Amino acid sequence: METAEKKIILQVDHLKQYFPVKKDSFFKPKAYVKAVDDISFELYEGETLSIVGESGCGKSTTGRAILRLDEPTDGKVHYMGQDILGLNKKEMRKLRGDLQVIFQDPFASLNPRQTVKQILNEAMAIQEVVDKPKRKDRMLELLGYVGLSAESLDRYPHEFSGGQRQRIGIARALAVDPKLIICDEAVSALDVSIQAQILNLLKNLQKQFKLTFLFISHDLSVVRHISDRVMVMYLGKVVEIAEKKELFDSPLHPYTQALLSSIPVPDPTLKRDRVILKGDVPSPIDPPRGCRFHTRCPFAVEKCKQEEPPLRELVKNHFVSCHIAEDLPV
Amino acid sequence: MTVEVKTEQPNIAAKSFISKKESRLKDFLSILIQNKAALVGAIIILIYIFMAMFAPLLAPYSPYEIDLENKLTPPSSEHWMGTDDKGRDILSRILYGSRLSMGVGFAAVLFGAFFGIIFGLVAGYYGKWVDTIIMRMMDVMLAFPGILLALAIIAALGPSLINVTIAVGAFSVPLFARIVRGSTLEVKRLEYIDAIRSLGANDLIIIAKHIFPNILSPIIVQGTLRLATAILSAAGLSFLGLGAQPPSPEWGTMLSSGRDFLFSAPYIALFPGLAISILVLGFNIFGDGLRDAFDPRMKK
Repeated sequence: METAEKKIILQVDHLKQYFPVKKDSFFKPKAYVKAVDDISFELYEGETLSIVGESGCGKSTTGRAILRLDEPTDGKVHYMGQDILGLNKKEMRKLRGDLQVIFQDPFASLNPRQTVKQILNEAMAIQEVVDKPKRKDRMLELLGYVGLSAESLDRYPHEFSGGQRQRIGIARALAVDPKLIICDEAVSALDVSIQAQILNLLKNLQKQFKLTFLFISHDLSVVRHISDRVMVMYLGKVVEIAEKKELFDSPLHPYTQALLSSIPVPDPTLKRDRVILKGDVPSPIDPPRGCRFHTRCPFAVEKCKQEEPPLRELVKNHFVSCHIAEDLPV
Repeated sequence: MTVEVKTEQPNIAAKSFISKKESRLKDFLSILIQNKAALVGAIIILIYIFMAMFAPLLAPYSPYEIDLENKLTPPSSEHWMGTDDKGRDILSRILYGSRLSMGVGFAAVLFGAFFGIIFGLVAGYYGKWVDTIIMRMMDVMLAFPGILLALAIIAALGPSLINVTIAVGAFSVPLFARIVRGSTLEVKRLEYIDAIRSLGANDLIIIAKHIFPNILSPIIVQGTLRLATAILSAAGLSFLGLGAQPPSPEWGTMLSSGRDFLFSAPYIALFPGLAISILVLGFNIFGDGLRDAFDPRMKK
């Protein structure tokens, strides 16, 4: 794929999201959880970029910061050349129609006291996308897109299963004609057969409406199914970005290698070289100096402890932040 | 490792067509009915409401009519609860009094709930310094014993039933504010609030349409329990001569005027006292029952 020629829809520059933590004592300096610490990436129109990483690495925080659900500490986010973080409340409200989100927990993402009709109607009313008389038709159309029947309109969320609720959530996001949808662990709470249905639905909708997805997940099989490009995060930093095939076939960063080797293979006789990482993820309040991964990296050298590795383009369109990526055994 | 591809449509028709909203209401009612005490509470409250509504039809005499020839008569077939020191029929006065006591109770709780809910929602939703300022103000109000605060307010405004309502309502405000704030904090972090925010809804819509309807249960329970306290406090203040003034048939006032005849004609104080106790008991056990019925852990 020639991503370089594609149009950039979202550009994230040096995004930082620090959350203050309660101080133990008055005299100590104020501490912060560095949930996202200076990350940059871009998203091309019509693609699916996945962010993977273990829990606490900052992937969801990145999504929330882009949407300004939590105000980022520092950095810039440009959507179609427009600086999102510089917009005032009113301008931001208008722009929100273009940026939508699908959440993880289908049981918490719908107001239990609203019927599907009210949910969809409210979305359209807030963004004023459809005139009142046409809304009913539009609702039925939306339900059709996500594979729900017309009778669903007058029902409450608790009358649906998890997968169906997720479809309602998707219909709500689609109701305002978005261009970019952030899927925050959108299928993680569903069981595997339903995951496949929802993933295929998302893929079809992407084709149909030329949507761009920022797909946040910890599940590598899901990521492999849906992504065009994959970004791996570790402790608030980007460690590797590449096209999906490239990343899964020849991961360059030791962390990505370890992550990929943890995917279960449905063949008990197959012997594999698993990379088992030692220890736990360090605290994001006081992350290690140098490369954040050096405390657990089996290949770490002295330089890794001192110097923070920059994100380098080793192969075309394949970026990695590791000092010794070239010398690693593949 | 590859995800299996299925294009099967979700099966909606197979789901039961009985609306779950109805069945939830049924669940709720059945729990309430199973809880015998709550049922008794509900019946007591309904009887009192009936009394208040139809007092003019039910009362055999006027509550104000003075009949000095028949003063201090003990309960008889003519005067079921006897007559007081001015010959007024006590039953009629109690029937009319239920309007005053319940009216003051409801008005005070509505007043307290209204401001308490607004303060609680604003504090819980906006957080940070807004929360700190509002909740510290509420703490200051809570630091006073309720009746003392009410006395202070009445001392400033003068004794009357309306001022008693304001005073009793005022010391309910922080209680509602605390409960509402807590529930708001809980609901605020749910994903559907984020979803509606990312659609571009303003704060007023989020608070009024998405947070408030989902925190109603604790408010209703607290409101019912506060009604009992409010009625008792209002009667207490009237007993002290700070609320309704004689000859008004307010129960607290009646109790107070029966004090002088406690040995010669105990029924003058006895019946208003019973009226208050039974109503307060009714609200209390009904409130407890509601709390259990709303508690998801009580469901089988």
